Amino acid sequence: MKSALSILTVIAALIGLWYAACVPMNIHEAAIQAQRAGQEVTPAEAPERRKMGRIALAVKNPGLWRTVYEQDRPQLPAPHQVGAELWKTTWGMVERGRAFSKRSLILHGWITLSATLLGFAFGTLLGIVLAVSIVHSRAMDMSVMPWIIASQTVPILAIAPMIVVVLASLSVDDLIAKGVISMYLSFFPVVVGMVKGLRSPDAMQMDQMKTWSASRAQTFWKLRLPSSAPYLFASLKVGVAASLIGAVVAELSLSQDGGLGARLLAGSYYGQTVQIWSALLGAATLAAVLVWAIGLAQGMTLRRMGFQR
Amino acid sequence: MNGWVIGSLVFWILAWAVNARLSPSSDRWVRLFVPTLFGITVLVLWEGMVRGFGINPVLLPAPSAIATTFAGEIPTLWTDLVQTFFKGALSGYVIGCGAAVLVAIAVDRSPFLQRGLLPVGNFVAALPIVGMAPILVMWFGFDWHSKAAVVVVMVFFPMLVNTVEGLQASEAMQRDLMRTYAASYWQGLMKLRLPAAMPFIFNGLKICTTLALIGAIVAEFFGSPIKGMGFRISTEVGRLALDMVWSEIAVAAIVGSAFYGAVALAERWVTFWHPSQRRG
Repeated sequence: MKSALSILTVIAALIGLWYAACVPMNIHEAAIQAQRAGQEVTPAEAPERRKMGRIALAVKNPGLWRTVYEQDRPQLPAPHQVGAELWKTTWGMVERGRAFSKRSLILHGWITLSATLLGFAFGTLLGIVLAVSIVHSRAMDMSVMPWIIASQTVPILAIAPMIVVVLASLSVDDLIAKGVISMYLSFFPVVVGMVKGLRSPDAMQMDQMKTWSASRAQTFWKLRLPSSAPYLFASLKVGVAASLIGAVVAELSLSQDGGLGARLLAGSYYGQTVQIWSALLGAATLAAVLVWAIGLAQGMTLRRMGFQR
Repeated sequence: MNGWVIGSLVFWILAWAVNARLSPSSDRWVRLFVPTLFGITVLVLWEGMVRGFGINPVLLPAPSAIATTFAGEIPTLWTDLVQTFFKGALSGYVIGCGAAVLVAIAVDRSPFLQRGLLPVGNFVAALPIVGMAPILVMWFGFDWHSKAAVVVVMVFFPMLVNTVEGLQASEAMQRDLMRTYAASYWQGLMKLRLPAAMPFIFNGLKICTTLALIGAIVAEFFGSPIKGMGFRISTEVGRLALDMVWSEIAVAAIVGSAFYGAVALAERWVTFWHPSQRRG
């Protein structure tokens, strides 16, 4: 309860900061518009205004502060403008019966979600397979593990356009091309977490399996795999967030298919800042929902396995 | 023609046999040799497959072709590196991580703010912040300032969360000892809590090295002057000059690993007392 209050305070402070930042960010444009409408602006000359700092201009024209929140293409849209755009492109579209039209964020969110989930599934599978072979083969551990760690210092997001082009020329489906990029980002946390998890049974437990003359397979299924579950879920949460980032960036290169990344790109081409921010908040919501869903699955699974009360 | 394929496959099997035989040893040179041999195997397989199957260089250039381009284009690669890494990524990294540590120290005095900031920070750290790139490019212009801004935003929250957690890492007993010494807040911070937080801070710094490079490169996709690694990658992909793209990737990988290694080295030097740094 107490922490809920402090979280709300922090969020309120962030939103307050956002509203405050809107004034200096948008003041130049507001001054131009006010002057066109015939209002008094100090200083009256446009070149002089351009030379002034944003904050100085904002202090000199307190009368303009209200108009900075009502622009069509503000430098920094206010939270309520972004909220209105989000509402218009999601529920507003559903109400008009066009939930899956090209202008609806639901459609774009769905495109991103499908690429994210595909990449996440690939990445989790690859991660688990790698982790199992690393735990069981010392040669794998010594030769592959350093390269897996090094692979993450390669900024894959930068290579995304090339992977997309190459896979497209091999006439691989676009969805799979996006999935591959998501996979590259999401397999790493799974490998690291699973290796840790599969090695988490202590010497006593391993000895116990030996006393029962359990085979390697039996040790794996009955001891190693169950005890890795908490580690797996922790890394799945990181993995799904990384996978979403991969999907959004892949969509920058495959923007003809739509998706939240494509909305970002289109918004930046046409200066539609409100659209950029709403796509960004849409992606944030998607990330929150995905992480929350995995948290839910984590709670249910671990409780049934007896890790939690 | 398929001598290349068979040859590289044979090399793979031999190398794997050597690694499997060597791996039970825990000698220091063996630990270095085994991954190196694996890396060479991957390169040999790659070269063999590309030559053996006659793969179009537009799809996948051979390592030897990439190495030739790399050697021939070093001046270009260097200007791109300076623009993207030294100007964009590094300045953003320093500003972002520095600001995050300062904010964490400020927040640390109020448990109320801490409780609120940690979940929010954790949430923001999981968001696709790269998406902020088009907005920041719009605000700060096409040159490296906007790239630094993207990096600042990307590294800030992971760093903040790690530092806040680290500042809580000292034990109650140790803090009590500082009180018995009548240490002031600043003395307690400088002599106990910041040093105790160092393993966490370095964990954040290491995570942020990769984020910084990614942020600087991706931000260039949204607009840049005619130099920079992200600019080069996106234009050369358009020209289908993939050997140049791979050279840029090699630069990114080398710089990324070196950056990470430098931070890890600094960590070893600063937190020599931590159990994870003990050797032998």
